[in-house]
Amino acid sequence: MDSYFSILFTEVYKILFLLVPVLVSVAMIVWLDRRVWAFVQKRRGPNVVGPFGLFQSLADALKYIFKEIIIPASSNKLVFVLAPVVTMTLALISWAVIPFGEDFVLADINVGILYLFAVSSLGVYGIIMGGWASNSKYPFLGAIRSAAQMVSYEVSIGVIIINVLLCVGSLNLSDIVMAQQNLWFVIPLFPMFVIFFISALAETNRPPFDLPEAEAELVAGYQTEYSGMMYAMFWLGEYANILLMCAMGAVLFLGGWLSPIDIFPFNVIPGPFWLIFKILFLFILFALVKATVPRYRYDQLMKLGWKIFLPFSLFYVVLTSSFLLYFDLLPGK
Amino acid sequence: MIAHSVFFYIFSLIAIISAVMVTVSKNTVHSVFFLILDFISISCLFIMIGAEFLGMIMLIVYVGAVAVLFLFVVMMLNVAEQKGQWFSSRWDGGTHIPIGLLVSLIIFFELIIVIGGWKYKPDLLNSLSINISNEITNTRSIGNVLYTDYILLFQISGMILLVAMIGAIVLTYRERAGVKRQSYVKQISRERDEGVDLVEAERNKGVKIDA
Repeated sequence: MDSYFSILFTEVYKILFLLVPVLVSVAMIVWLDRRVWAFVQKRRGPNVVGPFGLFQSLADALKYIFKEIIIPASSNKLVFVLAPVVTMTLALISWAVIPFGEDFVLADINVGILYLFAVSSLGVYGIIMGGWASNSKYPFLGAIRSAAQMVSYEVSIGVIIINVLLCVGSLNLSDIVMAQQNLWFVIPLFPMFVIFFISALAETNRPPFDLPEAEAELVAGYQTEYSGMMYAMFWLGEYANILLMCAMGAVLFLGGWLSPIDIFPFNVIPGPFWLIFKILFLFILFALVKATVPRYRYDQLMKLGWKIFLPFSLFYVVLTSSFLLYFDLLPGK
Repeated sequence: MIAHSVFFYIFSLIAIISAVMVTVSKNTVHSVFFLILDFISISCLFIMIGAEFLGMIMLIVYVGAVAVLFLFVVMMLNVAEQKGQWFSSRWDGGTHIPIGLLVSLIIFFELIIVIGGWKYKPDLLNSLSINISNEITNTRSIGNVLYTDYILLFQISGMILLVAMIGAIVLTYRERAGVKRQSYVKQISRERDEGVDLVEAERNKGVKIDA
């Protein structure tokens, strides 16, 4: 019994060691997002609270905590309260399998990439539950849109993951990173990286695919009826998901914790920092896209997902597998 | 080992309770939510017996896609409240209860036959030609069997699914008149010559466009 508690204690300690930095960095990237956005539009952005406005997100969080939580009278109360909790939980549990370095991962499971994929496909429930439970037109329309959108783009993300797995021969995320020691997958699979990036934008409901919360048509989509801390949880979950997608892109295509070239000034920097650099790089790309591209029309979004991305990535699966077979490069024999 | 069995009982209890709640709950959307909970706890049970690939596929396919579509349909049909008419004493002339009883009776007998077969032929598991080892991951062992011994069955089941999908699309597809479609190729390949047309306009008459 004693050993059981000591194991439990170390696990809880490890989880806290992972979760607290993730939550802090979520708050920080909200600030970064707004700064990059402002930079593109030649504004200053949040620059008042703290040095460079760094504490803006903390101030916002404080504001949300002290605001009243309003639950609409005609809503389905239990589901309404559960929805932001589901979003937040799902956004955080997927960090368990992200490898920050060799042997520096909370749960080194065999099917890590499937776990990530499964959890990100569950993410749609937070939105549907929120939209349905609000019992109001705008949230419901937002939820329906978002469900269709996320299911569509998941398909192409799945096929892209198959491309990477063909080159690795394992579903373990650490194995995926170690397979990129000589060549990052972004070079042979560059078209897949581009499609993954765009699908990740759609999967996280970021502009130009932010139709579920298109403020011009749907007020704020599924978040319309939420206020106070519950709104903040949706918001945090959304940004944690964005960070997670960036981490997934970094692990699948940009070599995870590996340094770009294995020579002196680069390989002394420890692995976790490289992963963080890569996540930040991808996130700044996300922010730049948000600042520059106009929103898609809904039929264009569906056409892009089903008629362009899906056939192209399927074609690329055939291409990759035949290439690997022809040059006898298939892994895991 | 105690922790293992405690978790097993927790997950199976959640699975059974939510399975009952799927049929009992009055709100259809709640039923679907309970169905999702059921799927999740079943996949947790899969993971607990070491079949992590099956558990994850269960999550991705059933929870991530099938249940979303269920929820979609149920929300769209707006059948939110059944108002307890299924179990009410007032018989509304519905025929769903006898049919439901018939179906569940058939499933019950099927289960009895399957489990009975297990009891009378205890070496059923050993007669499988697959040798299960702990050395290789179960993703790899499933792949080894699925793509070699059972490749035909696997392909045929894929074909059946494809046919079902195409059939559903053909059945529901309706050609609508007067829908304006956008063609990117047409838009991009438009030149100045075809886009701009210089016309001599007659006085007091104007020009007729779209002739």
